[in-house]
Amino acid sequence: MANNKIKIGLPERIFDVFNVIFMFLLCIIMLYPFLYVIFASFSEPAKLMAHSGMLLSPQGLSLDAYESVLQNPRVWTGYKNTIIYVLFGTAFNIVMTVLCAYGLSRKGLMFTRVITIMIVFTMYFSGGMIPTYLVVRGLGLYNSRLALIIPGAINTFNMIIMRTAMAAVPDSLEESARLEGASHLQVLFKIMIPVTMPTIAVLILYYGVGHWNAWFNASIYLSDPAKQPLQLFLRQILITANMGDMAGSSSEDQALLAETIKYATIVVATVPILVLYPFLQKYFVKGVMVGSLKG
Amino acid sequence: MSGSKKATASAGRNMSFTARAVRDIKKNYEIYLILLPVVIFYLIFHYAPMGGTVIAFQDWRASRPMFGEGARWVGFKHFISFFNSYYFTRVLRNTVTISISTLIWGFPAPVLLALLINELKNKYYARVVQIIVYLPHFISMVVLCGMITLFVRDNGVVTQVLSLFGFPKQNMLQNPDLFVPIYVISNIWQGVGWGSIIYLAALTGVDQQLYEAAEIDGAGKWKQTLHITIPCIIPTIIIQFIMRTGQILSVGQEKIILLYNETTYETADVISSFVYRKGLIENDQSYATAVGLFNSVINFVIVAIVNKISGTLSETSLW
Repeated sequence: MANNKIKIGLPERIFDVFNVIFMFLLCIIMLYPFLYVIFASFSEPAKLMAHSGMLLSPQGLSLDAYESVLQNPRVWTGYKNTIIYVLFGTAFNIVMTVLCAYGLSRKGLMFTRVITIMIVFTMYFSGGMIPTYLVVRGLGLYNSRLALIIPGAINTFNMIIMRTAMAAVPDSLEESARLEGASHLQVLFKIMIPVTMPTIAVLILYYGVGHWNAWFNASIYLSDPAKQPLQLFLRQILITANMGDMAGSSSEDQALLAETIKYATIVVATVPILVLYPFLQKYFVKGVMVGSLKG
Repeated sequence: MSGSKKATASAGRNMSFTARAVRDIKKNYEIYLILLPVVIFYLIFHYAPMGGTVIAFQDWRASRPMFGEGARWVGFKHFISFFNSYYFTRVLRNTVTISISTLIWGFPAPVLLALLINELKNKYYARVVQIIVYLPHFISMVVLCGMITLFVRDNGVVTQVLSLFGFPKQNMLQNPDLFVPIYVISNIWQGVGWGSIIYLAALTGVDQQLYEAAEIDGAGKWKQTLHITIPCIIPTIIIQFIMRTGQILSVGQEKIILLYNETTYETADVISSFVYRKGLIENDQSYATAVGLFNSVINFVIVAIVNKISGTLSETSLW
């Protein structure tokens, strides 16, 4: 970079200026949909419907949509369920992934290679959606919260990231502990987990966001609304456009409010991710780097 | 791994396989105990479904067993009926179209973005740009598709803005011609930033001395990009491209299901969404499993071929 100060040609300077402007426009394209949703959610329904084109601020100011959303018990049920799935699902993911990665990263065992091949094979071939569904149902997990926690316990790609991290820990650490009579579980908890904590943190974020955003398995395994996560409720409001109890009467005011309710629901469901994102994004990015070393 | 394996083998050369296995398990029983729940997990949730694909060759009902007496075997009936149906060409054509469109438009975008971010002189500005372009990756599929649905309705913001340029005011999700563009553009919007990370990482690995040397030789910025930057990230590009081509026939059902409707099935219905509808909505599990199995086998063959080709062309093989 220091060299650039010596001489910068005119074409280069023009390119730099255009690049800066282009990146600025790109950022607007990335952010504007969110801004639009936020502006629309705070707008007065009638004014929003009368407005045409882009929004640069809310049309009027109304909190009615948020009042409706936050008063809807299904939003809270959804939130509660999603938090349950994120907490317990991620915890189970991490336990299983770490166990698997530890076992497979140990050297000199006769069967780890066979087990590794058996596991990696599942990345390239699967029984498919319907047989998997039938197995989960056959286990009696239909309409059970466990259906969102157990079947996806290990993401094989994440497990390989974890195994790579554990294989990179110097053997001497483990050997000295083993010589002092430590069991494998002790080695795992006292040495491997603390040493590979940065990778585990990345996986916690990956699995956590995955659970927060997941909806498909819930839609096929959970018919009981009391157990459904927030994303399913969102889908019902946004896609299937079944407002249900949100706008019970069909008066015009209610129909208009139903529109801003959609935007408010998006905001309510996305705020946790948007708030946490700036603080966590560097860990996510680190995960990509780790994953790209050995895919 | 191969070295340690050799050690085990030479130590137990005189023993039978069983004897060696027993000794190995006795010695390492703790590790095998740790792996036990993992193996059980894979057997139940990955291998049992593979076994369950036998219903593709049966007329299976929930009341009938899959194995043994009472299973009603029908051979390739469901496959043949799928191949002869009108749906076969439709879902295959749509899967390939959506997949290749995503590849053609979506693959170069993150490479280009990474090159442009890399050229930003103000590193603080570059950081801010990166944080912003990664953001859409974290939005849930439901929220993304919900926003699309709201924005491209006949009075949605995107439709209104496009109507200024002479586009008809219409619900764009009801127009079969627009499904693929909507799918691909929203894919790029959500994924371009995240996809650029891997190339940015490769770019930071480029030896700065190469640029200094090129500058002394009088190479301009454009020539430097062409002869230094791009060759340095070519291996990354190739690996990414190989991984993408391996998935040419696997378009996930989630986004499709959220965006399509009966008026757009003609261009939107892909293999996975067809399997979903047949198997889980219309409850024709045997037929749906046959379609899914066909897809799994084809995907496996494609990955194997792609890997073989890339293995011969370069050292960058996945296996």
